[in-house]
Amino acid sequence: MDDFTKLFWELDGTTKTSEKTAALENYLKNAEAADAAWAVFFLTGQRIRRLVGTKLLRDWATQKAQISDWLFEECYDRVGDLAETISLLVPSAELADRTPLHSLIQDKLLPLRELTAEEQRSRVLELWEHMSQPQIFVLGKLMTGAFRVGVSKQLVIRALSAYSGVESTTLAHRLSGTWEPNAESFEQLVDPESSEAPTSKPYPFFLANPLKDGPDKELKEPENWCAEWKWDGIRAQVIRRADETYIWSRGEELLTEQFPEIADCASQLPNGTVIDGEVVGWCQGESRPLPFSQLQRRLGRKRLGKKLLTEVPVALLAFDLLEKDGTDCREHSLEQRQADLAKILIGLSTERQEGQSLFPNTEPDSQEPAIRVAPPVSDSPIMTWEAMASCRARAKELRAEGLMLKRAGSIYQVGRPAGLWWKWKVDPFTIDAVLVYAQRGHGRRASLYTDYTFAVWKENELVPFAKAYSGLSDAEFRKVDAFVRKNTKEKFGPIRSVTPQLVFELAFENIQPSSRHKSGIAVRFPRISRWRHDKSVGEADRLETILALASDE
Amino acid sequence: MQTELLKPTDRGLYCPAGNFYVDAWKSVDQNIVTHAHADHARRGSKSYLAAKEGEQVLRTRLGSDAQIEFRRYGEPVSVNGVKVTLYPAGHILGSAQIRIEKDGYVVVLSGDYKREADSTCTAYESIRCHTFVTESTFGLPIYRWPNPEKVFEQINAWWRSNQEVGKASLVLAYSLGKAQRVLEGIDSSIGPIYTHGAVEKLNESYRDSGISLPSTTYVGEVDAKQTDWTKALIIAPPSVMGGSWIRRFGKLSSALASGWMQIRGTRRRRGLDSGFIVSDHVDWQGLIRSIEETEAQSVWVTHGYADVVARSLVEKGIDARTIETEFQGELLEQPSEASQTQDATDG
Ligand SMILES: [Zn+2]
Ligand SMILES: [Zn+2]
Repeated sequence: MDDFTKLFWELDGTTKTSEKTAALENYLKNAEAADAAWAVFFLTGQRIRRLVGTKLLRDWATQKAQISDWLFEECYDRVGDLAETISLLVPSAELADRTPLHSLIQDKLLPLRELTAEEQRSRVLELWEHMSQPQIFVLGKLMTGAFRVGVSKQLVIRALSAYSGVESTTLAHRLSGTWEPNAESFEQLVDPESSEAPTSKPYPFFLANPLKDGPDKELKEPENWCAEWKWDGIRAQVIRRADETYIWSRGEELLTEQFPEIADCASQLPNGTVIDGEVVGWCQGESRPLPFSQLQRRLGRKRLGKKLLTEVPVALLAFDLLEKDGTDCREHSLEQRQADLAKILIGLSTERQEGQSLFPNTEPDSQEPAIRVAPPVSDSPIMTWEAMASCRARAKELRAEGLMLKRAGSIYQVGRPAGLWWKWKVDPFTIDAVLVYAQRGHGRRASLYTDYTFAVWKENELVPFAKAYSGLSDAEFRKVDAFVRKNTKEKFGPIRSVTPQLVFELAFENIQPSSRHKSGIAVRFPRISRWRHDKSVGEADRLETILALASDE
Repeated sequence: MQTELLKPTDRGLYCPAGNFYVDAWKSVDQNIVTHAHADHARRGSKSYLAAKEGEQVLRTRLGSDAQIEFRRYGEPVSVNGVKVTLYPAGHILGSAQIRIEKDGYVVVLSGDYKREADSTCTAYESIRCHTFVTESTFGLPIYRWPNPEKVFEQINAWWRSNQEVGKASLVLAYSLGKAQRVLEGIDSSIGPIYTHGAVEKLNESYRDSGISLPSTTYVGEVDAKQTDWTKALIIAPPSVMGGSWIRRFGKLSSALASGWMQIRGTRRRRGLDSGFIVSDHVDWQGLIRSIEETEAQSVWVTHGYADVVARSLVEKGIDARTIETEFQGELLEQPSEASQTQDATDG
């Protein structure tokens, strides 16, 4: 428990990824496998069901601290975190408790659920008596099921990889699905010898650079470029090898279970096939993707209900082929790869494979297979930049973000080298920013906190840089409002500062350096383009990135 | 109580019988000063009375031409027939509680005070009184100070680990009181110690007053490019954060020494690498204990969580009220956009 508490404070105390990874690696080096298993369990975002009601914890702490209820409230208001408030109020031990994490959880915490409130009370009071203040805090987080510290699953995987030498994609694969937190599973997780064919391994993605000045200036002759839609979904690689299917995100997260329609369809692919494309929610009636916010409903769920599968069916809009008949074909020309891709996909049917029906009671929503060639921008080659621009202007109708321009004859490269792939977005600027202040709205939104101030990173500080109050749905505004109320740090008149936790993508028209703003920049017409549930605060953009965009203008 | 003995006015707390003020925030004829922090000791009054222990320090604040009468702790003086005695408050060097007595009725004004051991100033003394006027900067039960020795061990360990990774260690501490207490508490054998000019000036006043501090070097006296900062500890007021002054040190780790560091969110929001709980004020337990030790029948609560403390005292059966003053105790509570802490005020 003590090492885990120290780890928590180290992770909590820094915003630098390198320091977080180092802290985790150091913890893993010294931890018993059974403890490391629980640490990985919590840090990768898994939860134990709430063990004790928060109301009870609050009452016990109030009694133990011998203070009045109103005084507890005053303290809670100031601290803003229940577990921390409790830890600061109840008497704590000078010396840290040495119980190993796994015995604390298995022998002391999990059994609490079966006990009466009175029995729970005496057990919890006893735990408090033997713990230091930071331990009582972490204990509170574990008991209320609200354990959260600024690390992503990716970061944990990176640390596990550095510690064990096992490749991160293998670790991601081993961690997917239900992962039991015990010594044995941990040892298997980090076993470099484990005989596992690398069938799951994706290729590194080839990424595009943003086009800033318009293609006529940067790209010269239009006939050398192929245009595709830039879809607003999740970039993914679908792998079919040795009768197994894997769907990987760009962040090397395994999404196979999130998208059963695609996995199901992929089982018809010949072994030794790897396809690159964009996962989108598909609206059959409109022949275009659903809004990205709909697709997000499909993410991060343990179980996918029938209703959700019906409302948000997904499709992979395929645009590249990386492996054909078990051979890496990334060195083939773009045209060759796309022709081969079309040949493979043409044979897919919408029929379900026998014995594979993942959701037996739903009717197939789409007439097309879940993996299909992405709809083209135009049926004939586009010969001028003017024609290209008018295609791009139609992007919004298709819920696309703009165009992708790929160099004719080019190979599939690794990472984001300049020159071969460009994205030419409709909204020139988007930034992932963190919500830091909120204020009530006007008119029909006057009762909700709907006016927000957003911040980005400057060194390890979040600096506010833009205000925005449009772009979310009413339902989303209500959710953010509830978040603001629950996570208020301080109130300054009508403004509340909130725990930096929610990340949003902001779109705007222009950026200019500004000496009037603390951030050093001013943005024009900022609006919220979407809620990035998939991003943690650490992944928000940095001020340097925005300044680079501004200076390019 | 005898209302004429002390009353709040818009210039400060006033004693009509003795015609003097305590820590007046506007110019007055006779001003008794509890201590040298800027929100308590203001320039512009005709004459002052203060504790002898703080002479050097108060001179740096009020100037050499201010007319100040210094008295030793416990040595009474009559001000227009009112008996005034200064007692140590344990807050910073020369900090005093002001005991006022007339016709057998006693009022004590605490000024700022703390109960933890601090060898840079005389320890707080409990004084029985009828009315006690107390500060309440950290008047919430969540404020519970750790043993200062433990905290200094943490600072030492942090300094050493920064040395190992080649980073300078920057401790942010108020230049009057906190900086000297940190200096006195740390292990100066770990490495060289440098100071900001504001801190160094007060170090001199402390040394002149007979307080022994480890040897320090004023940053402005050395060639920054020729200096190896990676082993150094630098003490500076919090206002240097975000400015260009700190750039000369290269890679550094920053830590604020303040009671506010008890709360994780405060630490995080300030973008600091570390925070150490070092306070010049009483914590909750110390506050309640001190009030009870005075056996006062009535308590006036000023700057800080005055409402909370007064309400708690009333629940305990003590007659308590809050009074408005212009002392600052909440500087870290302002939005980050607003200008941050002044160097001279206490925290
Ligand atoms: Zn004060
Ligand atoms: Zn003070």
